[in-house]
Amino acid sequence: MKNLLEYIGLEPGRLHFSWISSAEAGRFQAKATEVVEAVRAQGPAKRLIKDIRPDWLKADAA
Amino acid sequence: MPTTNEQIRTTAKKLLEEKTVDCVIGYKKGTVPMREQPFFAYTPEQADELIWSGFCTNNLANFLIGRKDKVAVIAQGCVSRNIVGLIQEKQIRRDQVYIIGLHSPGMLDHWKIQARFPNKRIDQVVEEDDQILVKGPGLEEQVPRKDVRRDNCLTCVQRNPVIYDQLIGEPGQETGGGNIDKVAAPWEQLSSDERWQKFEQSFKDCIRCYACRDACPLCYCNECFVDESHPQWCGKTQEEADVFTFHILRAFHCAGRCTDCGACESACPVGIKMRRLTSKIEKDIRDMYGYQAGMDMEATPPLSVYQPNDPEDFMLK
Repeated sequence: MKNLLEYIGLEPGRLHFSWISSAEAGRFQAKATEVVEAVRAQGPAKRLIKDIRPDWLKADAA
Repeated sequence: MPTTNEQIRTTAKKLLEEKTVDCVIGYKKGTVPMREQPFFAYTPEQADELIWSGFCTNNLANFLIGRKDKVAVIAQGCVSRNIVGLIQEKQIRRDQVYIIGLHSPGMLDHWKIQARFPNKRIDQVVEEDDQILVKGPGLEEQVPRKDVRRDNCLTCVQRNPVIYDQLIGEPGQETGGGNIDKVAAPWEQLSSDERWQKFEQSFKDCIRCYACRDACPLCYCNECFVDESHPQWCGKTQEEADVFTFHILRAFHCAGRCTDCGACESACPVGIKMRRLTSKIEKDIRDMYGYQAGMDMEATPPLSVYQPNDPEDFMLK
């Protein structure tokens, strides 16, 4: 899945996978922080997103 | 020497008359030129309509799914590989299917033929050995067969059926002549930005008719993820994100199962090249697991097993 999404041009570093047991709260928190930081470093997503705002709102943002 | 068509009809009639099978699944002449259509012969008389041509691009394995009766099916290399897949996935039992094997000459791409004669109407294509004769109003021209074969047929690795109960004609050359590793995953060498551009260009014209899904012998879920509404996995709109999500997931569901039969591309009414996605997955499966779908009934499909020593190099440690 990761190979495929990066093959179609999703930026490397936007998609992350991990295996965390429901008993591993500490690990979950650590991984979540790690992933959020990595994705924040990528900046806002531009690919594979759907903008459902009405046109007048899109114009405002631009 | 009877023609292939005659041999197919004789075989089908015999099977139906002797009640070896209830139905013979083959192709009959399409209602438009260059598109043959799947055909179900239930009586020996109906068997007279069966044909075999370079436009038999639907994958007949698709019609075996969930059948309760005993059926015979015409199968070239890729179709036989999909039958193996369906038997492995328990969609049909081996003893229910009588496989009439045929060597595939490499099927023809109606887009490529039409592209050679822009703005001309093509009424008929007559197949000769290495040439095809294209006919229409004010048009009669020969084209080398190899120039208008489907892309997937150029890189075919299995033109003879892998399993069959009866073989019509002689086994022939096994490969299509092209090197799959050279053409699979065409965007691999590009940068991330360029890939996204190519991907957008390739799939933006999709009208979401789902012909690719319906033509595919791997897509047999009772309810497809695109049709589910609880939860809704994929939006229903023509927005790029929804269209792209459909294509990414459709391709991914074929991982380790796709035989590169090309039925999806042949069925597409707007000429989208889904193989740009599926060939990447097919290549990954070959590289990572050394597996090619449907070649061996005894082999274990790679995504159906877990191995403790899986490298899992995509996981956060």
